[in-house]
Amino acid sequence: MLSIAVIREIGPVIIGLICAGKMGSGIGAELGSMKVTEQIDAMEVSATNPFKYLVITRVTAAMLTVPLLVIYADTLALIGGYIAMNFSADMSMKLFFSEVFTAITFEDLLPATIKTFFFGFAIGLVGCYKGYNCSRGTESVGIAANSSVVLASLLVILLDLIAVQLGTILF
Amino acid sequence: MDNKDENIKDNKEDIKPDGKVDNKADTKADSKDSKNFVINIEHVKKSFGSNTVLKDINLKIKEGETVVTLGKSGTGKSVILQCIVGLLYPDEGKILVYGENIPELDKEDLQEIRKKIGFLFQSGALYDSMTVRQNLEFPLRKLTDFNDAEINNKVKEVLQNVGLPNAIDKMPSELSGGMKKRIGLARTLITEPKIMLYDEPTTGLDPATSREISQLILETQKKYKVTSIIVTHDMECAKLTADRMVVLKDGEYIAEGTFDELQKSDDEFVKSFFEGLNF
Repeated sequence: MLSIAVIREIGPVIIGLICAGKMGSGIGAELGSMKVTEQIDAMEVSATNPFKYLVITRVTAAMLTVPLLVIYADTLALIGGYIAMNFSADMSMKLFFSEVFTAITFEDLLPATIKTFFFGFAIGLVGCYKGYNCSRGTESVGIAANSSVVLASLLVILLDLIAVQLGTILF
Repeated sequence: MDNKDENIKDNKEDIKPDGKVDNKADTKADSKDSKNFVINIEHVKKSFGSNTVLKDINLKIKEGETVVTLGKSGTGKSVILQCIVGLLYPDEGKILVYGENIPELDKEDLQEIRKKIGFLFQSGALYDSMTVRQNLEFPLRKLTDFNDAEINNKVKEVLQNVGLPNAIDKMPSELSGGMKKRIGLARTLITEPKIMLYDEPTTGLDPATSREISQLILETQKKYKVTSIIVTHDMECAKLTADRMVVLKDGEYIAEGTFDELQKSDDEFVKSFFEGLNF
């Protein structure tokens, strides 16, 4: 039960929301700051495509790191579950993880892993969009960071909803 | 009449007694062959919403010439520079750089033109996540096939030229305003552009540093023989660097001439820029 809940929903969504906050705000603030200080204009004038250099790299990084973070978080959650279980009962780690992997099926793992790539894509894209398009002024940098978090968090939940429905239909 | 008087007479004929010139009339810099002009701005108009910043801008700049643009803050001087380099697009008119109309170029052709243009932003616009070395290497790595040794030599050379050889491994946050401007100038010059656009190069700097930056701009012009447009309020910088000056008011150039010619202008607006100066 624990493993299914963690791997299917708790791990991806919680990590997605945390990354929306940390990565989304970081990317939004960084690009917003670059926009306000004309660094993006300087890049463009020096015949470099700032979209490729700044946006594509960040979105790709987010798409790769969010799934890895989810795997890491799921592992820690299961270890935590094992420790919690041993407060009230006595179970070996080997038995615990054997039960965990027995309970999990392909239909649990695959949709949960695929949707994390989309979470990363949404987080990276929203942060870049808000930062890249923020208006001049330091206040707009804060607004870009804040709105990145809000929109990325909303998209994580929305994408999770869609993933669950698709997973039900396909699997 | 000796040659010097004839030259003065010719200059005065192009400028009306009140310092104004007909915006559509040929200026001294005109040539029947417009291909001699590196930058040719024709009837450019630009608005932001209901605010018309540029009404009818016409300007021709020859190769190697330095033109200084004067005007009040917020009147569109920087907008002209941004239109030349394609950061903004005019609503009407043509901006010809080496015969290419900037607003009509596709991305690839625009990038090719931009390789010939250097733009010094008001704040320097250094990439604050990179060191000075990385800032200077950035355009070389993107635009040239230089190897590491050549890039290293080039970086050291431009830093020597701007008088900051020891700043090579500093972060932009560790630099003063004047140092940032110099490094920004070094980064712009490192690719040896043919056209330089300076957006208020001495704004916010103390008089001594402003003089140093102005001198640096002058040395750059002499050394690299670049075509330059300088937007500035710094009259000392203008006097030192300008071959020709234009005055922008209400979206149009209302006066044009050398520093000395405009200083003698009868136009009140033009005169206001020279009040209190001891040149």
